[in-house]
Amino acid sequence: MQFFLNITLGGIATGMIVAAVALGLVLIFRATNIVNFAQGAMAMMTTYIAYAVLHQGSGYWLAFVAALATGLLFGALTQVVLIRPLQGKSPLNAIIVTFGFLIFLEGVAGAIWGSQTRTYPAPFSEAGQKIGNTQIAFSPFDVFVVLAVLALMILMLVLFRGTDLGLRMRAVAFAPETARLLGVRVRPLLTLGWALSAAAGVLAALLVVPTSSLTPNFMDVILIYGFTAAVVGGLDSPVGALVGGLATGLSLAYVGGYLGGSLEPMAALALVIVSLMIRPEGLFARPAPRRV
Amino acid sequence: MGELQKRAQGLAAKPWFRMPRQPMLRHLTYAAVAVVFLYFLTQKLSAFNDYEVGQIAFYAVALAGLTLLTGINGQISLGHGGFMAVGGFTLALLVEHTTWNVVPELAIAIATSALVGAVIGIPATRLRGPYLAGMTLMVALGLPYLTNQYNSFFGGDQGLTTPQPTGPASINPEQWLAWIQLACALIVLILLGNLLRSRFGRSFRAVRDDEIAASLAGIHVARTKVIAFMVSAGCAGLAGALLALSAGGVNSAEFPLSISIYLLAGMVIGGTGSLMGVWWGAILIVYLPTSWAPALASHFHVNSQVSANLAVIIFGLVLVVGMLVAPGGIQGALRWVAARVGAYFSPDGVPNMKLSLQEAPTDRAVHDGESVTQVGEPGVQVHPTND
Amino acid sequence: MPVLEIEDLSVSYGAVHALTDVSFSAAEGEVTAVLGANGAGKTTLLRAITGLVRPRKGTVRYDGEQLEKMSVEKIVRHGVAHVPEGRSVIEEMTVDENLRLGSLFRFSRRQRGPVIEEIYALFPPLAERRRQHANTLSGGERQMLAIGRALVSRPKVLLLDEPSLGLAPIVTARLMAVLRDLTQASNLIVVLVEQNARSSLSIAQKAVVINLGRVVVCEDAAKVAGDSELRHHYLGY
Ligand SMILES: Nc1ncnc2c1ncn2[C@@H]1O[C@H](COP(=O)(O)OP(=O)(O)OP(=O)(O)O)[C@@H](O)[C@H]1O
Ligand SMILES: [Mg+2]
Repeated sequence: MQFFLNITLGGIATGMIVAAVALGLVLIFRATNIVNFAQGAMAMMTTYIAYAVLHQGSGYWLAFVAALATGLLFGALTQVVLIRPLQGKSPLNAIIVTFGFLIFLEGVAGAIWGSQTRTYPAPFSEAGQKIGNTQIAFSPFDVFVVLAVLALMILMLVLFRGTDLGLRMRAVAFAPETARLLGVRVRPLLTLGWALSAAAGVLAALLVVPTSSLTPNFMDVILIYGFTAAVVGGLDSPVGALVGGLATGLSLAYVGGYLGGSLEPMAALALVIVSLMIRPEGLFARPAPRRV
Repeated sequence: MGELQKRAQGLAAKPWFRMPRQPMLRHLTYAAVAVVFLYFLTQKLSAFNDYEVGQIAFYAVALAGLTLLTGINGQISLGHGGFMAVGGFTLALLVEHTTWNVVPELAIAIATSALVGAVIGIPATRLRGPYLAGMTLMVALGLPYLTNQYNSFFGGDQGLTTPQPTGPASINPEQWLAWIQLACALIVLILLGNLLRSRFGRSFRAVRDDEIAASLAGIHVARTKVIAFMVSAGCAGLAGALLALSAGGVNSAEFPLSISIYLLAGMVIGGTGSLMGVWWGAILIVYLPTSWAPALASHFHVNSQVSANLAVIIFGLVLVVGMLVAPGGIQGALRWVAARVGAYFSPDGVPNMKLSLQEAPTDRAVHDGESVTQVGEPGVQVHPTND
Repeated sequence: MPVLEIEDLSVSYGAVHALTDVSFSAAEGEVTAVLGANGAGKTTLLRAITGLVRPRKGTVRYDGEQLEKMSVEKIVRHGVAHVPEGRSVIEEMTVDENLRLGSLFRFSRRQRGPVIEEIYALFPPLAERRRQHANTLSGGERQMLAIGRALVSRPKVLLLDEPSLGLAPIVTARLMAVLRDLTQASNLIVVLVEQNARSSLSIAQKAVVINLGRVVVCEDAAKVAGDSELRHHYLGY
């Protein structure tokens, strides 16, 4: 029973991180129908930069803020340089370009920093806590993970529901041509969307790196879990990203805990297959018919 | 297009040799020429070169499958290396547990990977969009973990061994293997070339161009996509099995994610949708990581960290830059040059071939450059997409 | 007095010539009805005016500016509102959000409320549904929302693409009456594309008939409505 509880708690923490990745993917997919396969690699690069900042002697939080800022900038730049020229082309081109960018970034990271693993600190203790006299596997850091991702979700919600900027961004995502006819400038908003998405990816990376250690490909698996979560929740639903993230995190935790950790990536694939068979549009997809 | 055909006919008016009109015959003619050429080639080569020729052959097989999927049918796989792994492991398991001949073993390797392809492809067709891409990426990333989990079955870190098939005593085994691999490549290319000229080929393209229109025309869109994906995965499986024969064994390290990347880059470089372009891609895949990138690295005296990653960086650049500026790849470039040269020599002197790198024929930049194009043969190579 | 002036406008989609040398002008306080069969090029004309398609040649002038070189957003911010074919409301948003979106670029947060209330007063059914998502609206309500969303920015030029499509005759009649009053009250330039020639001619001052991408008639609306041969030939009634 305690084992089950601990696995569940671990699954929740992982699920929140996965949800952040999924949210990043969903933000971009909604606006441009592109899945940014390079999101994980972009976050990986940014984490290396945070690592460098950290080793300059700055504290954890300065590095944290620097990473998020770099992520925003990186996302915006990527959109302007790589994605904008693809507008109006087949979505296949965008997939190939983001995938190629993933490879390129991993190669560059390997060339600069080598493939050895580095440890990245956590801001809070990663040791499980005693509640009464049972030891539970939920550390202060896990609490931080959950709160950080919740904060991200709430920020996004406020942005999209409560501000004019968010209203414009939603209009661009749902109906770009109509948005233009209402005087909305589409391009800068798409750039902003990529920036926010990249920042969500960076947050996920910073939350996962203390437990996984820093290498050029440490985000690969997290990215495919994020993709899983996004598919389970519906690729265009931010709420779905959160629920899909938790569902994915928990399923993987149970598979890993009871059957073996090496099965997790394949379990994620199975989850995608099953959810596409049962509910192709995703749990939280909007009811509108698909765009053709 | 009408003008183009007229000109093509004009060129063909007084040929010293007329290619057969019937596609199968034409493809067989190409193949016969290729067989003679390759026979003499392997006669001249050392054992190591045989090994390389064999590699080029099986990468060409995998690329042909991928180019059918992406260029002709408009779907994309980011994890074709995963299907190669399925084929490779299937062959190795058959070698371990049976005493069969290599031909049925290869056939079963093809069938197994096509089946795995169906498992991925069927759910992915339920929605448009990047589902197939993501799922295939998961296959490529997840398979090595799977073989680790069941390492008693998959042979653990050592993997499974696949001894080279032995041919007649007079032929050395490396050469024999290279011939098997080349034969497979030629057979696959001929079969795919014919497939593309058939009803299936037309439905593949119709689905790529416009799914709604295709379904209105009575094409079963989902089935067509699954078939294309199974054929493509089957090709990858065959390539993986042939790789296993070359490598003498398989383990999970034999099929890293980088193979999938190489394949994608090879496809883009060769010219997405062009079956002849696969040879360019295959050459790139074989030589860039093992000889060109190291040569480049030592020329510029970069450190070992950089040189270890140089090939991957170049492949990434090929994908990004290739897609942004030259989606037609080498084959597209050749066609463009051929069109200009052809126009220069044509009576009216007007460059009337629309197909250039910048002006893709449709707004889909991943286009079908048509399968039966012969390199450097001006004038007659561009066929209408919808025949 | 500012007019919308279209001169020698030609638009092609690849090999298809959708418009050829179209010229006419639309004056303030007047409704200009654009009529023609399916595929005549009416939608293309409106899309060219707002910059959604780029003309091959020709000019679109309004208020001393050449619109055909501006971006869509800029044209819209210049006071040209376009209600596209097919009630293109943003279904995932509420009625209120749709209207708010229309007012964003013209009014500050404070001014917005009253302006939106005016639209609700103009189209009462919308007021009852302001918190509903637009995909729950009926066809007529959607059309009201689409028009309201264009009006909320207080445009000077209003381009309407088949607003009566699929509406009950009584609703169409009411819509036309609202349009006529608005045009006169706010001195609008209205370009009204319609299949329903009878009802649009009833409120229009001028009529432009397009056939196969060319202007074949450009006359007073009353004259066109009165010319039974012309009506019969091009408008089918
Ligand atoms: N995006 C496009 N690509 C190619 N051809 C187009 C495109 N849009 C319109 N056309 C063609 O241009 C011509 C004019 O179309 P348009 O939509 O302007 O007609 P319309 O007068 O609005 O017709 P309707 O009354 O049916 O709405 C038609 O022949 C149409 O087929
Ligand atoms: Mg129309």
